[in-house]
Parts: sequence; C-alpha cells; structure tokens
Amino acid sequence: MALYEASATQLLSQLESGEVTSVEVTKACLDRIRQHDSQIGAFLKVMDDKALAKAEQVDKKRKAGEPLGKLAGVPVAVKDLLCTEGEVTTCASKMLENFVPPYSSTVIKKLEEADAVIIGKTNMDEFAMGGSTENSALGKTRNPWDTSLVPGGSSGGAAACLAAQMVPLSIGTDTGGSIRQPASFCGVVGLKPTYGRVSRFGLIAFASSLDQIGPMARTAEDTALFLEAISGHDPADSTSADVACPLFSKTVDQPLEGLRIGMVKEHFGEGLDGDVEKAVREAVKVYESLGAKVVDISLPHNKYGIATYYIIAPSEASSNLARFDSAHYGHRCDEATMLAELEEEKAALTAAGDEVGLKRMDTSLIRMYRKSRAEGFGPEVKRRIMLGTYTLSAGYYDAYYLKALKVRRLIREDYDKAFKSVDLIVGPTAPNPAFAAGSKTNDPLAMYLEDLYTVTANLAGIPAISVPCGLTGSGLPVGMHMQAPALEEDRLLRAAQMFQKATDWHTKMPSL
Amino acid sequence: MSDDYEIIIGLEVHVQLATKTKLFCRCSTKFGAAPNTQTCPVCLGMPGSLPVMNREAFQLGLKTACALNLNVPRFTKWDRKNYYYPDLPKGYQISQFDLPMSEDGYLFISDPKQQFEAKKVGIIRAHLEEDAGKSMHDEAAGKADTRVDLNRTGTPLLEIVSQPDMRSPLEAKAYLNELKLILTYLGVSDCNMQEGSLRVDANVNLHIKNDGPKKIATPIVEIKNMNSFRAVERAIAYEATRQYDAWKEDGKTIGDAPKQTRGWDDQAQVTRPQREKEESSDYRYFPDPDLAPVITTAEEVEAVQQSLCELPLAIRERLHDGFGIPEYDADVIVNQGRVAVDYYEALALKTGDPKMASNWVQQDVLRVLKERDLEFEQFPISVERLTTLLKAIMDKEIDTTRAKDVFTQMLDSDKDAPAIMKEMGIEKVDDSAIDDLAREVLLANPKAVEDLKNGVQKAVGALIGQAKKKNPNIDPGTFRAKCMELVKDM
Ligand SMILES: [Zn+2]
Repeated sequence: MALYEASATQLLSQLESGEVTSVEVTKACLDRIRQHDSQIGAFLKVMDDKALAKAEQVDKKRKAGEPLGKLAGVPVAVKDLLCTEGEVTTCASKMLENFVPPYSSTVIKKLEEADAVIIGKTNMDEFAMGGSTENSALGKTRNPWDTSLVPGGSSGGAAACLAAQMVPLSIGTDTGGSIRQPASFCGVVGLKPTYGRVSRFGLIAFASSLDQIGPMARTAEDTALFLEAISGHDPADSTSADVACPLFSKTVDQPLEGLRIGMVKEHFGEGLDGDVEKAVREAVKVYESLGAKVVDISLPHNKYGIATYYIIAPSEASSNLARFDSAHYGHRCDEATMLAELEEEKAALTAAGDEVGLKRMDTSLIRMYRKSRAEGFGPEVKRRIMLGTYTLSAGYYDAYYLKALKVRRLIREDYDKAFKSVDLIVGPTAPNPAFAAGSKTNDPLAMYLEDLYTVTANLAGIPAISVPCGLTGSGLPVGMHMQAPALEEDRLLRAAQMFQKATDWHTKMPSL
Repeated sequence: MSDDYEIIIGLEVHVQLATKTKLFCRCSTKFGAAPNTQTCPVCLGMPGSLPVMNREAFQLGLKTACALNLNVPRFTKWDRKNYYYPDLPKGYQISQFDLPMSEDGYLFISDPKQQFEAKKVGIIRAHLEEDAGKSMHDEAAGKADTRVDLNRTGTPLLEIVSQPDMRSPLEAKAYLNELKLILTYLGVSDCNMQEGSLRVDANVNLHIKNDGPKKIATPIVEIKNMNSFRAVERAIAYEATRQYDAWKEDGKTIGDAPKQTRGWDDQAQVTRPQREKEESSDYRYFPDPDLAPVITTAEEVEAVQQSLCELPLAIRERLHDGFGIPEYDADVIVNQGRVAVDYYEALALKTGDPKMASNWVQQDVLRVLKERDLEFEQFPISVERLTTLLKAIMDKEIDTTRAKDVFTQMLDSDKDAPAIMKEMGIEKVDDSAIDDLAREVLLANPKAVEDLKNGVQKAVGALIGQAKKKNPNIDPGTFRAKCMELVKDM
C-alpha cells in the first residue's frame, strides 16, 4: 500500500514503529498533490516548506523519545477559512485575497499542539456559502470521482483532497451541511460536531449560531482521533461547550448494543434519487443484520428546515460580513478612480439640475464601502447579504427572523422527542449524488435544496455524520447521514465504525 | 424661561465603567495612549475573532442598577446594532436592545436652594454596550483626511436612560449632578467629562399651554456634543427658546416632524442641526449569536444590594438629622465626595460642635482646596490637628479672626494649633487682665461711655480696637461683654 493510501491511524502506527518518518509521509502527500491537484484544484495553497519543517521536527522529537501529540507527524489539510497566523487566509474570496491574520484559530493551535503537519489550505465556496465549491473566487475544485462533477460544498476542497488521497485528514466547516454533503459526494467521512464542541475562535464566521468546525477523513477511526484532537472548551469562545472531551478514539471500536435506528419517513419522499435511496436502505439493512432495530419516526417540522435556515444564516451573515468594509483590512477599490467617478456623477447631476439625485449621492466614504464590497464579494455572498439585510430590517424582523427562531425551536423539540425512542436517526446525506459542474449555478434554489437533510442538525445544534454507504449505478459515492443527540458524537463514531467493519465502501477510492 | 410652555426633558447618559479592561476583550481601557496601541483582534473586529464578556463590567452595571433602584431581570442578552461607520470596526456595536440588564428605576433630585421642588425622576433602563472608536477629521490644507483611533472601541459603557420627567434646565443639571455623585460614590466610573467617561444627550421638547383641552407638543430634538453640565443647562435653555420661536413661526408639532439631532456649539452658545449617521434609521438589531445570554439570580442581586456603600441621599439625611446641620450644609459636604463626608463626620464628633465643624469644612477647607487646586484627599490638615484649633476657639483661647491666621500657618506645617499659637504669641488672657484693660479703655473714652449708656452699641467697636492694640490676645467677645457690664455701673 502506498503511503498516500494509508489512513491516519495506519500512518501513526507505522510512524511509531519507525517504519516510516513523517518527512516521508509528508513528501508522499506533497508528491500526490503536485501530481494531481492541477486536475482537482482542492488546494488554494500548499505549504511545502512549513510542512516539511514541521515533519522534520516531529521526527526529531520522536527519535529523541520526547512526548508527542495525538497526530504526531500526520499531514492535515485545513479549509481556508481558519485563521492561520502569518498565512494568507482567504475564505476563497477576493475580499480576503491578501489577508494575513496576525493570530491563529484555536483549532489551528490545537493541530499544532497535536504535532500534526499542516500541509495546506483547501478551496471552498466563498465564505462557505454554497453547495458545490463553484462559488470560490479563487479557483475551481473538481470531484476526483469524475472531474466533470462538483465535489459538493462548501468544504469541497476539504473533501476532494481526501478522496484524491492527497492527505489522510482534512478540516471542514459545516453551517448547513458543508462538511457532510461534500463528504457524501466524494465518498469520505465527514462529521459535524455538536455546536460548541469545537471552538469557533478564528473561524471566519458565516452564520455564527450554526457554524461548526469538524473532522473529515476516510475512516471512522481517523475521524474519532481527529475530533479528539480538535475538541474542547475554549475560554476565547463563549459559545464553546464547557464539558470534558471524551476520548473518542478509545471508544470507537465498541459496537453499539441494542441500537434503535430512526428512519424519518419524510426523508424518503419526493426529490430523492433512486440510487441514493437504494444505497441507504441497504446500509440500514447492514445495521439490522448487526442486531439494530429500525423504528419509523417523524420530524414534522423538518420540512421547514431549508426555509428557516435561509432566513437565519443570511441574517447572521449580513451582520458578520459587515466588517469587510475595506477600511481596516480586505479588498479596497481604487480610490482615485472611485473619486473621479463620483465627481463625474456629481457634474452630470448638476448639469441636469437633478436636485434629488444630488441629495441622494454617496459620500466618498459610502461610495468607498459600496464599491469595495461590490468588487470584493461574489454573487452568492451578495445574494445572502441582501437576503439577511432584508429579513432583519425593521418592518420584516417579526415576519421572518423572529418566526424563523420559533420554527428553529420546534425543530429542536422534534429531535428531543424523536431521541426518546431512537438512538440514531439515519437517512441519506444529500438527495442526489455529485452533480455536473455548472448544472445548478443559475438556480440558487435548486442548490439550496442540497442541504435538505443536513440543515436541521445545524438548526438543532446536534452532531451528525456522513459515511460512504454505496455507489450509484454510474459509480458515484453515496453518503449515509446519521444524527445523534447533542454531545453524542461518540455514538455516531461507534455506529460508523460498526458499519465500516461490516462493509468496504469506505475503501473504495477513485482512480486518478 | 417662559410661562407659555413647559420644557420636557429626558436625558441619556453614557457612563464609561471603571474597568481595567474592555467589555469583550482584555485590552486596556486606559485613557491617552498613542492611537491604536490598545487593540487586539477582538476589538478590531478582525475576522474569526470572538467576544468574551468581562464579568467585572457586568458587576459594575449591577451595582449601578441597584443604586438607581432598577429591576434586574433574571435573563438578559446581547444584541447587535448594525451600522456602517469607520470607527465601528465590526460593522455593528454589541449592545442590549429589548431585554436590557436593568429597567424601571428612579432617582431623587432636590435643590437645597429651593429653586425647584424635590422630585423623583424615573429611569427607563440602564444597559451595557461597547463604545466605538474615535474618528479624527483633519481637513487642514484642503486634505480631507480622516484618521481612526480604535483604542476606545470595546470600552464598557452603561447607558442610563431617564424618563422625560425633568421640567427645567436646573432640574436636568440636578439630575446629572446626583447621578454623577452616585456613580462616583459607587466607584463605578470616574465620570470625567473631558475624557469622555460621561457623555450626555438630552431629548427636549415643549408642551405649549393653550386654552383647549389638548396640549401642544413641539417636535423632539436630541441634543448632542455637550461636554459639561453647564453646557447641558445652557443647551436646553437655548433649545427651549428656539423651539418656541420655531413653533410660532411654522406651527409644527410633534406629529409633523421626526426626532431631529442637533449639536451644541459651545463657542457660539447655540444648537445646530447635525448630520445623521449614515442609514441610522434601521439598525437591524438581532441577538448576538457569539455571546451567551447572562442569567442573574435573585441571590446575586441581593448580594450586590448588600454590598452597596451608603449613597449621597442617605448621607445627606444622616448629616441633617444626626448632626442637626442645615440641608444646604449637608449638601455641600456630600457633594465633595465620601472623603469629605468622612472628614466632616470625624471633625464634628471630635469637636462636639457639628455646626462649627460644618462651617470650617465648607468655608475654610474648601477655599484652600480650590486655591491650591487639591483633591479632598490631599488636604494637608488632619482631622486631629484641625480639632485642636477648633477646641482653642471653643475655649476662647483664640478669636475667629486670628484662628484663620493659625489655620493658614497649619497648612504648611505639621504642628498642632497650640504650638502655632505659642509661636505667634497667642495665649488666653485671664479675666482679671480683661477687667483691668476694659476699665482702662473706658476711662480713656468718656464719649464712648456716654454713647453706650445711650444704647449706641457700635461704640464698643472702637474700644475693642484700642484694646487689641494693647493686647492682641484678648477675646473680643469677652471684652465686649466686660465693657457692657462695667458701663452699667459708671
Ligand atoms: Zn482588544
């Protein structure tokens, strides 16, 4: 087995036994990226020198018998919206094309403490808004299974680099399904932890009450170990859960006895691709063969998930993205041109005697904001800023935002009720397998429906995982979605591991 | 002021809380540092940074709430107030909107000079929020440059909003004085207006008297930019006249115009219309998803309540009732702050003459502080030493006029009054010496004796003068009494 094919767990055991060095592993990953990333476009930046220096350092420490972190010497890719001190952190936006944060996010710090080798920053939809990674302002990412297809989004780069076997571990973020849907499209494992399980400090916010950083990997075991490394209470994030972090890697191998699986009847209705449905139903049968009991349940307010999400997320985004006014950082328009245009407009309005127009004219400050933001943000980001500005504005707040908050509570209550009778809720991650690039770019609503099954976990703050569970007739991966009550990641990981021990879908990788 | 209308005044006071660090990060709040040196990713609103509430700021808010009789609800949260301004780095200010940390309280105001009747001013709410930065506009040399200093961003503010219960500039000033006094007694703020620790906006309009059943209200104006209490008083007075004149001119009433913002021009002593912040009409408030709501239990509020110091109103009453000094005296002393109160109380107890102690503190001590530009804490004569002087006066060892000389000497030495009196040759003159001196002077002034016999009291003044030349230590009161007594037998 080539080094790039190995899982993080396998690599760690080889590193510990001295069969390989971290430098060798890192080089294998860098080679793989060099060979194939021109086709895939998973990375916005590869940090060769830093990665090799870190690998060398870890090798030295290991040789000297010094204590090492949980991920010592294992290469990790990071979605490019986690602030990394001294490294350009772009959010795949022109707005932040040259932004170098003077601080690192808590997760980056944790990865460094875990002695992981951070190999590069992965592509994504701009500010994590999108389901196909086609909204990146800095490049296209393709699906390694078929480069005419999208990898999903917004953590498209994060999923694609795993499927392309460029790296064994990759950090994603999930606001409405952004880890799980691309994991499903690329045939890898993606876990969205409980809200607050992983610190959001240094994560460039999209929708603060929904955003969560999570691990992506090819196996359940790796996912467990990775989650363990990045979780924990952070005093710098007041929404971070002040609970002890379980040792997921120690429990992942324990099968779940008497597992009760909830199947949501609403999840198997209109809009669901036949091959996807078939693969998920087969997967559930695997669990039944392992002794699980299937229970039909209902989540009556799930059907409002998308609508609720597309009010709350843009509302928060419109406010979170206000800081990109180009005054303190970020893209700024060419001021001389802007001022000249303003003068020209003024002259034209004066000549026309348009008093009203003159009165309404921007000040140079407002025009600077306006123009810089117009140039810096892509269309999807603008769409959501406008949506959010609208739903939060004085006359509409009650009708939209406040109502969405109420529905959000009902969705949570549905889950609370459901989890009284089942241990896990299982269904498809996405309604369809990876779709053709460009096929939905002109239809934002169709794109939004990609999050149909995933958004409610974010609205409820509960953990959820996508695990590869089959292939479609045309050979594309299908993801099985599993949800658990808050802080029960342990249950999700054990269930995923049970499945991966009984099947080999997770070992299927595209040939490049 | 006119009899044709009533002025309706409500005040919004922003108080900078005396925390060492900012409301949502650990940056220093110290005043006067070089621009942008007291900042971090959080207060700069850098992408990915997150706020974490400063417990101490919340605690100071609680303290103030208790002192102003405000209710503290169990649950309060943080909201974002969204607007664009160069000194607002996040594009929103973290504030409290519909569920403030405290609401519905009051404050008593009164005037010892009796220029208005004592009253209770309602307080609608007091909520916490972060301050914005400072924009410095430099339009010199045709270069319209604006520089932004973000040292102040994130400094904790408590916004205290009163009911429109005040009816004159004087009442407004009294409210501010009392509020400032309470805040300084509590130690929650230094209330320094020059440094912006206390900022006042006034909402003013008029109720014009007419014969009909409905009163006429003029449009509300919010006055900003006032940087002293005097300016507040004057701005309100100016605004009242202006609104009355405007109403006579255009007849516009409250329904005809939205609230206007005007700035006070201290140089010209006028208010002028102010440009509104861009798009300030709709702040798109919503709960800040980065901050957890704050739960305060009744026990916590009770504990804060218990820990409060004695407040100015209670001290005034105690001084007035307990020491029997006039309300005016009590007010003057209390207005000087807790150190003055402690000083006065100790002096009153040690001398056993509260009124005399009050006179000395109000007149002599305060005069020296003013002349030498000192804080009360810096007053050089301890209570013990001043007591030795006051005792000497009470024992008629020294007259009041000469006591002032001794007082002056005491300021720059650390000696007690008797020591200084000795140096100055001041000693008590015994009764027989006074008797002798009185006879001597009376004999030498038959005209004065005649006048005194005829009831011309002032004639004794000249006699005292002559006697003092012969012996400066005589007590004028005792000498006067002796003369009157002797004249009867002459
Ligand atoms: Zn700071």
